[in-house]
Amino acid sequence: MTTAPASTATTVLEMRDLSVSFPTETGTVSAVDGAALDLAAGEIVGMVGESGCGKSVTGMSIAGLLPGSARVTGSVRLNGTELVGARESALRRVRGREIAYIFQEPMTSLNPVLTVGRQIGEVLQVHERMSRRAAHARAVELLTLVGIPSATHRVGAYPHQLSGGMRQRVMIAMAVACGPKVLVADEPTTALDVTVQAGILQVLRDLRDRLGTSILIITHDLGVIADIADRVVVMYAGRVVERAPVTDLFARPYHHYTAGLLSASPKPGRHASTARLAEIPGLVPVLSTQPDACTFADRCPAADARCRESAPPLEVAGDGTDHLAACWHPCPPQPREANR
Amino acid sequence: MTSRPNALEIEDLVMHFGPVRAVDGVSLTIAAGRVTALVGESGSGKSTVGRCVVRLVEPTAGVVRIAGADVTHLSRRQLRPHRDAVSIVFQDPAASLDPRMLVGEIVAEPLRLAGRRVPRREREARVAPQLERVGLRAEVARRYPHELSGGQRQRVSIARALVSEPMLLIADEPTSALDVSVQASVLNLLADLQRDIGFACLFITHDLSAVEYLADDIAVMYLGQLVEKGSRERIFARPAHPYTQALLAAAPVADPVRQRQRQPVLLGDDLPSALDPPSGCRFRTRCPLAFDTCATEVPPQVPIGDGMAACHLVRPDGTGPDVRTADPSEVLS
Ligand SMILES: Nc1ncnc2c1ncn2[C@@H]1O[C@H](COP(=O)(O)OP(=O)(O)OP(=O)(O)O)[C@@H](O)[C@H]1O
Ligand SMILES: Nc1ncnc2c1ncn2[C@@H]1O[C@H](COP(=O)(O)OP(=O)(O)OP(=O)(O)O)[C@@H](O)[C@H]1O
Ligand code: SF4
Ligand SMILES: [Mg+2]
Ligand SMILES: [Mg+2]
Repeated sequence: MTTAPASTATTVLEMRDLSVSFPTETGTVSAVDGAALDLAAGEIVGMVGESGCGKSVTGMSIAGLLPGSARVTGSVRLNGTELVGARESALRRVRGREIAYIFQEPMTSLNPVLTVGRQIGEVLQVHERMSRRAAHARAVELLTLVGIPSATHRVGAYPHQLSGGMRQRVMIAMAVACGPKVLVADEPTTALDVTVQAGILQVLRDLRDRLGTSILIITHDLGVIADIADRVVVMYAGRVVERAPVTDLFARPYHHYTAGLLSASPKPGRHASTARLAEIPGLVPVLSTQPDACTFADRCPAADARCRESAPPLEVAGDGTDHLAACWHPCPPQPREANR
Repeated sequence: MTSRPNALEIEDLVMHFGPVRAVDGVSLTIAAGRVTALVGESGSGKSTVGRCVVRLVEPTAGVVRIAGADVTHLSRRQLRPHRDAVSIVFQDPAASLDPRMLVGEIVAEPLRLAGRRVPRREREARVAPQLERVGLRAEVARRYPHELSGGQRQRVSIARALVSEPMLLIADEPTSALDVSVQASVLNLLADLQRDIGFACLFITHDLSAVEYLADDIAVMYLGQLVEKGSRERIFARPAHPYTQALLAAAPVADPVRQRQRQPVLLGDDLPSALDPPSGCRFRTRCPLAFDTCATEVPPQVPIGDGMAACHLVRPDGTGPDVRTADPSEVLS
């Protein structure tokens, strides 16, 4: 398994101080607050965080897929070109060609009345101006690339004739049809059996290795992150609270939310008769305005007055320069096995 | 434990939906007070087994006995006296709770369905301790499901399932719609309740780490049939069926250092269909170890301890090759 050296590789995507809010009937919802993120060429970044913390909204802002009602500030640059505030026509050119998005639900994003070959072919005809014939041939190649057996035969199949794992692969084939520089995969393996999931993760790795695609993978499965990510971004209530190379993050979380998340998943060998799982008491807040405080303070075992009075900045933690955390009182070492 | 009857006995259960052979000959016993996990891939028929047990559907063939009583073909009315013995918790807490009912009514619902008229005062008195037992405050009874978080809603459905003090709980993916940290609290809760109340549980899931945490025994399902059964210790330490081995190998561990040292086992991608299952061993189209006989003969169920494995390569003493280490070309030599 290769790991992209983030320090030497060129940055493809640069997100700075991204904030997104939605006006709703009951008031504004602040979904993302000041998020920062880099994607190097050929790098796989994993994003984790509790449901509703702003992962999908962050991912969609990269691909320009947010609804018109969203208020977006800050900057997202793709190879130096600003995407925030760009015209829809410009975004449309970028989308598909340079940035592709895999939605969580393959069945709802595929057209049930068109064969998968037609759907992949259309992407190519639009973006690459290919003839129908050439597009069909390329569709077969792409289906083979994502590991669909007997692709020449399956290219004529309708979505309902494929299994969940194969439909997800078709989505990936469509997403990579134009060789995007950046791929956002939003929960690409949720609801799939682990043996099928392993195949899909391999397809994503191959894509990075063969085409140098940078991938942002959003998931709540820490096993998937441990398997595929080079670096990890942890979000909590709209903010990035920690960012680190994958082994550093698992070995030594600095933010208390990250530590809570890591210790909540069952450990191999433990049984309920002898151990309890660690819980994080309380709920993620839904915020209308971002407070000048740590948004995790209400649930944090280490919170004090300072945490409730000012928001901790995302700063270098410990000795590594690429491990950042936003916490006034970072976790002491080895907090993970604390759950007896 | 004294000689209580088995909480659940399933014999040769078959459930076909028209041409779809969702469950095709499953036998499984759960002793009183034990937790059996039913794992297997998406679409293999796990939920259908659960639905047959609570008689949401009537099996095509086979026998389902709950606490010793045959309920396989009972009518709705005949089922009533047995309703208290078994309950079910579904995967999606949002979809399985009626949005127009108050939480208190939802939790008391099974009492009403069992044909008991419970006056309002008594209902409230019965519901409050149920809510407390699952870690919710009694006031929650006066809220609607949408006013609760996902984890709280799942606690409500567990409270509803336990109100009749069942002998058997079917938990169908009770945590898969929840966040990791909320999942932890629901798993802890199930473990505590199970220990305190002592109900038996059929825990349906595809999350192997949750299985290892909660289960006493494990049954592995593939395309409508069980391919392996055994104790949790034995299955995790010495899985005998190639599919079980592949499942354990494919479940990623939340530790990047260990995860990246593991040998991936990539199964064949020829996913079979319940409409037209493969001949012989149903797993053969994806099995890295399959050989000629697998296509022509149904593998025998080789007994291993209290359990079994259904594979031609498992020897009578229960040993056999392991797809996680075996070189397929050497298996048969
Ligand atoms: N179109 C919208 N209008 C109003 N609020 C929205 C909209 N889209 C998202 N939100 C809100 O923004 C917040 C972040 O949502 P987002 O979908 O990014 O969460 P997430 O981290 O992806 O969660 P999950 O893990 O459940 O997918 C949530 O509070 C959500 O309700
Ligand atoms: N009412 C029904 N009518 C027709 N087919 C059905 C019906 N219910 C289930 N099936 C089919 O039966 C098979 C088994 O489905 P089941 O829901 O039991 O699987 P499962 O193992 O629970 O899968 P998952 O892990 O995805 O929940 C599937 O092929 C499914 O499509
Ligand atoms: S019987 Fe054959 S195909 Fe089936 S699991 Fe065993 S080796 Fe594989
Ligand atoms: Mg999301
Ligand atoms: Mg199911």
